[in-house]
Amino acid sequence: MKGGWFRGYAIVYLLVLYAPIMLLPIFAFNDSAIVSFPLAGFTTKWFTQMADEPTLHDALRNSLFIAVSTAVISTLLGILAARASTRFVFPAKGAIMGLIMLPLVLPEIIAAVSLLVVFLGIGIPLGLITIILGHVLVCTPFAIAILSASFQSLDKSLEEAAYDLGETPLSTFWLIILPLVMPGIISSLLITFTISLDEFIMAFFLGGTNVTLPVYIFSQFRFPQSVPVIMALGTLLVLLSITLLAIAEYFRRRGIAKTGGKNTGGFL
Amino acid sequence: MSGNKSSGGRSGQLGRSEAKSGLLLISPTAIFALLLLAAPLATIIAYSFMADGYLTIIPQFQICNYIGTCSSYEMKDGVLTAAKEYKGVFSDPLAQTLLVRSLGVSMMVTLVTVVLAFPVAYFVSFHVGPDRKSLWLFLITIPFWTSYLVRVFLWKVILGYNGVINSALLGIGIIDEPITALNYNVGAIITTLAHAYAPFAILPIFVALEKIDRSFLEAGQDLGESAFNTFRRVTLPLAMPGVISATLIVFIPTVGDYVTPNLVGGPEGKLVANLIQLQYMKLDNYPLGSATAVSAMLLVAIVSLIFLFLTRRYLRGPK
Repeated sequence: MKGGWFRGYAIVYLLVLYAPIMLLPIFAFNDSAIVSFPLAGFTTKWFTQMADEPTLHDALRNSLFIAVSTAVISTLLGILAARASTRFVFPAKGAIMGLIMLPLVLPEIIAAVSLLVVFLGIGIPLGLITIILGHVLVCTPFAIAILSASFQSLDKSLEEAAYDLGETPLSTFWLIILPLVMPGIISSLLITFTISLDEFIMAFFLGGTNVTLPVYIFSQFRFPQSVPVIMALGTLLVLLSITLLAIAEYFRRRGIAKTGGKNTGGFL
Repeated sequence: MSGNKSSGGRSGQLGRSEAKSGLLLISPTAIFALLLLAAPLATIIAYSFMADGYLTIIPQFQICNYIGTCSSYEMKDGVLTAAKEYKGVFSDPLAQTLLVRSLGVSMMVTLVTVVLAFPVAYFVSFHVGPDRKSLWLFLITIPFWTSYLVRVFLWKVILGYNGVINSALLGIGIIDEPITALNYNVGAIITTLAHAYAPFAILPIFVALEKIDRSFLEAGQDLGESAFNTFRRVTLPLAMPGVISATLIVFIPTVGDYVTPNLVGGPEGKLVANLIQLQYMKLDNYPLGSATAVSAMLLVAIVSLIFLFLTRRYLRGPK
């Protein structure tokens, strides 16, 4: 095999990358109230204890509502922007796309506090809606990155054939383009859902008294006795995220294969 | 992006110009970004030049939130009167310390992340078969999107007094007592952040390496260059655009990280994001909080521009 040293390095790198996540289940099943070594024996009580935490249930309900709304809105906004930027030439395109993609690099706390002062300034009460607005801002650039790949690999002659056969731009979009980019759309929905479910800063600043799963997790870190339950919760969330991301990756690849593009790999 | 000018005819036939269709299509997303990103950023820039009143902002221009001493106003007997005094960002030693420390931490994180990431990107681009590449990239990106808070917290467990590292070292017998210098310091912040941002550094470098025409490398070796010299004189310069975007994509967001210093930094390891949170949420001093946020953004922008200026010769492209 070529690149022996590089292969070894890359494998060690991956192991280190996954080390914290691999520790999660160890502590989730560890029969000790203190999260440290040495381990004390096997238990599932931290998982069953989750059933007795009403705040956790509220947080779960809020997070699911926010993540579903965010996924739908940011994917819709992403479809429009990805389609516009891959298909049309228009004035100030670079500046407009730059602004839309800016949250990808802007420190999140700055976006969060600036939204906070605007919401408070014009009297919008903090709650689930304000968290959703913040999450859509963060997730839309990711949706655009995924969807642009789908739109870019579209064969233009299909669209032109539809026009020649008398279809309007709208019906062409509905009948030809949408089915072809559908895998990209599903991939975008799943990834924005995952990002929203895991997002902390926006939810922390814009949530008021409403709690999402990450806000709940953060608040529990102050109480050492509740950390094992958080390890159990974290284990379940990691499993859920990995499943969703794996499905998203499957659809992303299928989408690129469907439109005849070359798979260069990676979401970004 | 791509040259679509020739296609104007089709949409033109349907009664709308290319530019109009594009602008119409992008307008919902663009308006969303204008209202929820551009306008709020403009607001905090404006707030940073105003005075702090009792639960309100007093629209009176002043620069003391940046330099000098400001007064907070309070309502006393129905009249706004100067109450508390506070120092502006660049006159306050604490704010200065935190800004400098945040920039330093981000630079270290960026250096560590990019240097460690490069060989991985190189391996995936040059030594992994085409059909296995996306699997590798998928494995690298997964941790980035899962359980950010829990991952940061687990670094506390790894580096802690009874943590993984101390237990292992005690077990082997290298140390007799747990090392306390691992956790709750700037080093712990750098380790945790470098770990969190690893995928962000790998992807841009990988994309740049993928674009390199493999025949350039063969040409280099045919002309008698050693493998190392080919790497140094051909591969590395061509990969520089990727290295530069990796540097910026790690450096800029890490300056504002709030969770990591909060969880693993300890009392001496607070960063500028913690100060911003304090000023907004605890002190309710929006003008000062805004001035701190704007200063952080400004410094990041200046450092990034200097970096881009220094590396500009790699961005012009080889052709």
